[in-house]
Amino acid sequence: MKTIRSMVLVSSDPLSMERGAQQVFDNLQSEIKSFGLEDEISLSMVGDVGRHDALPLVIVYPEATIYGPVKPQDTRLLVEEHLYKGRTASELTASIRELSGKIAWVNARKGTIPAQQRIVLQRAGIIDPTNIEDYIVHDGYQALGKVLTEMTPADVINELKNSGLRGRGGAGFPTGLKWGFVAGTGNKKKYVVCNADESEPGTFKDRLILEGDPHSILEAMTIAAYAVGADEGYVYVRGEYALAQERLKIAIEQAKEMGMLGDNIFGTNFSFNIHVHSGAGAYICGEETALLESIEGRRGEPRPRPPYPTTEGLWGKPTLVNNVETLANVPAIIFHGADWFRSFGTPSSPGTKVYTILGNVNVTGLIEVPMGITLREVITIYAKGMKNGATFKMAQTGGSSGSIIPASLQDTPMDYDSFSRSGVSLGSGALLICDDNNCVVDLAKVLQNFFRVESCSKCNPCRIGNERAYQILNNISEGTGTMQDLEDLTMISTNLSELSNCGLGQTAGTPIRDVLDHFRAEVEAHIKLKVCPTGVCPMSGKRK
Amino acid sequence: MPTINSLDDLKKIREEALKKRDVKNTAGQKQVIVGMGTCGIAAGARETMKAILETIENDNLSGIVVTQTGCIGVCEMEPIVQVQIGEGEKITYGKVDKATAQRIIEEHVVNGNVLKDKVIPM
Repeated sequence: MKTIRSMVLVSSDPLSMERGAQQVFDNLQSEIKSFGLEDEISLSMVGDVGRHDALPLVIVYPEATIYGPVKPQDTRLLVEEHLYKGRTASELTASIRELSGKIAWVNARKGTIPAQQRIVLQRAGIIDPTNIEDYIVHDGYQALGKVLTEMTPADVINELKNSGLRGRGGAGFPTGLKWGFVAGTGNKKKYVVCNADESEPGTFKDRLILEGDPHSILEAMTIAAYAVGADEGYVYVRGEYALAQERLKIAIEQAKEMGMLGDNIFGTNFSFNIHVHSGAGAYICGEETALLESIEGRRGEPRPRPPYPTTEGLWGKPTLVNNVETLANVPAIIFHGADWFRSFGTPSSPGTKVYTILGNVNVTGLIEVPMGITLREVITIYAKGMKNGATFKMAQTGGSSGSIIPASLQDTPMDYDSFSRSGVSLGSGALLICDDNNCVVDLAKVLQNFFRVESCSKCNPCRIGNERAYQILNNISEGTGTMQDLEDLTMISTNLSELSNCGLGQTAGTPIRDVLDHFRAEVEAHIKLKVCPTGVCPMSGKRK
Repeated sequence: MPTINSLDDLKKIREEALKKRDVKNTAGQKQVIVGMGTCGIAAGARETMKAILETIENDNLSGIVVTQTGCIGVCEMEPIVQVQIGEGEKITYGKVDKATAQRIIEEHVVNGNVLKDKVIPM
């Protein structure tokens, strides 16, 4: 297996090409070869880099050093200094400036790559999850102690607001703001709920945190409870996560014994209790209001919003609902401070993100990297390249309700704002990497089938829309689609996102929209030529 | 277990635990850590764990501490076993089946010879 340690990109917008980018590329290629580095360095051309001075640019990852303008005769020096000897060829670097939108983000990278920066997973796989002493040795419960003895609830919320932490469940809502909403309500009884339902296909980051470091979630929930004024909490764990539930229960018992949970925590008059509630396998219960219904013992169907859970949640009381990964960030933020947290990631999305990598790549698994690294880096460096040297075609983020990301966006920084500017979403952190043997129609069909089955059928756009979208995609994959079908799909996708009651329906139209936006030609080939370019679809001529 | 009533209590417990560990480490304690997340268990970590415990019992070994931990993120290489001897470097092995587990105990833990073919770089 080749291990790529560095990645070189050459800008190839029209201006760069005019100034000899092709020659620079060719020279780099032969220089890399002459130093015998071709197995450890990947070289590629990228489109618009979002800046128009100092072209052509050469960007070297993982350091994200930007060189420019690079002339063909500079390439030897660049390769020898940077790639062979491993130091920056400072006479060639371009002035540091943030590149707008489309590519790499220089200021955000403070020497944290490629070594993974672990905040959320700092103890997972290191400590014994069933031993509270091990957690304490690794700085556990110190943040809670600091909060209870030295900080007011308002201090805690301010610290969190300053840290810029955003919800890691998919929507990216500022966490400090949410805490502030709950704290601001006058009600005496409040709840803190940890959403560990994690049913997005392909996502398993929350499971890993709960299994590897359960105490961090208990500590974070207790901090949250103190900040918002709650005295009772629930962890809603996906039913399939038996091991996570078991370890959580052990952790709760140990924390109670040591006085980290229960009455008079840390000898103060603050008391807090946590219950573990097991889900029963419904995707919809990951939606926060459906989750609350489920805890209350009713069928998991979303509530109309507003009122939001922050004002009227569990049993009508103000409730804070946070994702596992969001909470896992909290003790570290309190322990090290908001400024420390802001030193990772991008200005608008500080911190790190846990991604689960799966699909046609050499190494699958889980990584935690600063916000703002690119998909190309994830594939080349962390996933060690595409399997069998295939070509990257698309990636699907965040389970089913994420976006389908075409190869043209693989140099977009992965953070909430850059992604939403490009019209895609980060989702919950799964990265399903597909090579060019996969068919987009087939992928969309599988996703739509998932939504069709998992829709709770409470509202019509979701119940009928997903069913109809699946039928249409099925027809296209059987070779019996029409061009009118594409119009219908567009309409269904718009209706789903605008008219549905909850997040499930609102995001269910995203895959269709992405497919039509980025892969329309491939879909039209199915309809007009009756051919599936990748040979995946059955094309049997049947129509429903 | 003692109850914690202040931040100082917590720090004291932490320091005592750290001291205990240091003493054990300088005394050359042998530690074997098995990755027991769902991914590890699915890949056969329970079998690996069993093999490790059986080897220790059959060979009548002592002074070895076997613990479990969660997933470290390299699910591809599960079951993962880590070995640390005293204050030495932590060695990580990937794809440890029953036979390899036995070899790790008998060759690395007992005799100090690292199984180079099974080590994964961390």
